[in-house]
Amino acid sequence: MIFCALLAGCDKNPTVIDDSPSAPAPVATAPLPEMLSGYHFQSADTQALQDDQFANPGMLWVDRGEELWTTAPQTGKPACAGCHNDAATDMAGVAAHFPKYNKSLDTVVNLEGQINHCRVEHQQSSPLVYESDDLLALSAYVGYQSNGLPIEVAIDGPAAPAFAAGQAYFYTRRGQLNLACNHCHEDNVGRMLRGDKLSQGQAGGYPAYRLEWQSIGSLHRRLRFCNVGVRAEPFAFGATQYIELELYLKWRAQGLPVETPAVRR
Amino acid sequence: MLKARISVPARARQGEIMAVKTLISHPMETGFRRNSLGQAIPRDILTRFECRYNEKPVFTATLHPAVAANPFIAFHVRAQDSGKLEFIWTDQDDQVTRVTRELTVDPAA
Ligand code: HEC
Ligand code: HEC
Repeated sequence: MIFCALLAGCDKNPTVIDDSPSAPAPVATAPLPEMLSGYHFQSADTQALQDDQFANPGMLWVDRGEELWTTAPQTGKPACAGCHNDAATDMAGVAAHFPKYNKSLDTVVNLEGQINHCRVEHQQSSPLVYESDDLLALSAYVGYQSNGLPIEVAIDGPAAPAFAAGQAYFYTRRGQLNLACNHCHEDNVGRMLRGDKLSQGQAGGYPAYRLEWQSIGSLHRRLRFCNVGVRAEPFAFGATQYIELELYLKWRAQGLPVETPAVRR
Repeated sequence: MLKARISVPARARQGEIMAVKTLISHPMETGFRRNSLGQAIPRDILTRFECRYNEKPVFTATLHPAVAANPFIAFHVRAQDSGKLEFIWTDQDDQVTRVTRELTVDPAA
């Protein structure tokens, strides 16, 4: 129980929310009095690296995404740019509204899911592998067009069940250490957990370059780490549970700016 | 070819000290790590970086396994004559990535 020894709050009662499908939509009130991006909890050096639009290593993927944006697939279908034109105008603010309900798929998709939907449906190409450099590059490039714009997701209508499931997941204890997300990202914000200063677990910077990974990574890669950290079995990249959780996290980050590509320790 | 980012002014005054920044995508795999099956991951690193100003080397660096992935190298160059700046990265197998930038130098005020 190393984590418990390091953390206060292990003995507190968990806030368990009924996540059965019939549960009423939970009341959506901001869980934290002050919203702080993960940026706030990084060292001055890491913040400087994120702020430097040149030196930020995540920009290598943004550059690659820009190339892919204008590259037509082998199938004779148009490039992303063929339908969406100039990303700087057409994609500005788009990432800030994901995950969102997609009508033709009749489900909530995140940005990666939307990009792969366009690949399959509109480009007749195979979906890009989650966490492949190409999918990271495209999601970083599209995400970057919203850099600085406030996060705002819809949680009503067809998105309501996904939101409720994501919120329930957030407050449910799991893993051998029996901790829920809130035990670290609400009850212990600002305290040290080994080498990390615990942040509020905000999701606005992804895909983000993590120094430990020496690479850019998706939000789902980060979530898998947080699952493994409490010795819980992580879900697959792109799993429904992570998309629901992502929707909850984005609602929780409502108003914070998109920071893609953020830099984290 | 690897993906490189270069930040250097396109115009400068003679004698001006220019800040030059470079970033290149490379895993800089140390050769000391093992994969999940216990097999050694082969070393794969850039070993040399050079900046040439009108053919003349003005900055060189030797890179080793301890350098982090996606090496960021920043340095200063004094503007002398108009011409070209070349940025050359060489990996352990002598594969070369080369990027060129034109520079216009105006006479000192
Ligand atoms: C044992 C403590 C712990 C638990 C429990 C935990 N995390 Fe984390 N989480 C961390 C640490 C440590 C980091 C890296 C430092 C930071 O940003 O807090 C992190 C980072 C994050 C980040 C990235 C923040 C940023 O700005 O880059 C998100 C998002 C996140 N966690 C979400 C979650 C979610 C969702 C859960 C529940 C499934 C969860 N975490 C459970 C410890 C935890
Ligand atoms: C043949 C036309 C076509 C191509 C090519 C195409 N898309 Fe799309 N894209 C659409 C349509 C139509 C929609 C909206 C409906 C839907 O989701 O199918 C859309 C929606 C999107 C959205 C969401 C926009 C929003 O406001 O929510 C994103 C992001 C996106 N596409 C990215 C891409 C990327 C990245 C590529 C290249 C890999 C691409 N698209 C290629 C037609 C296309």
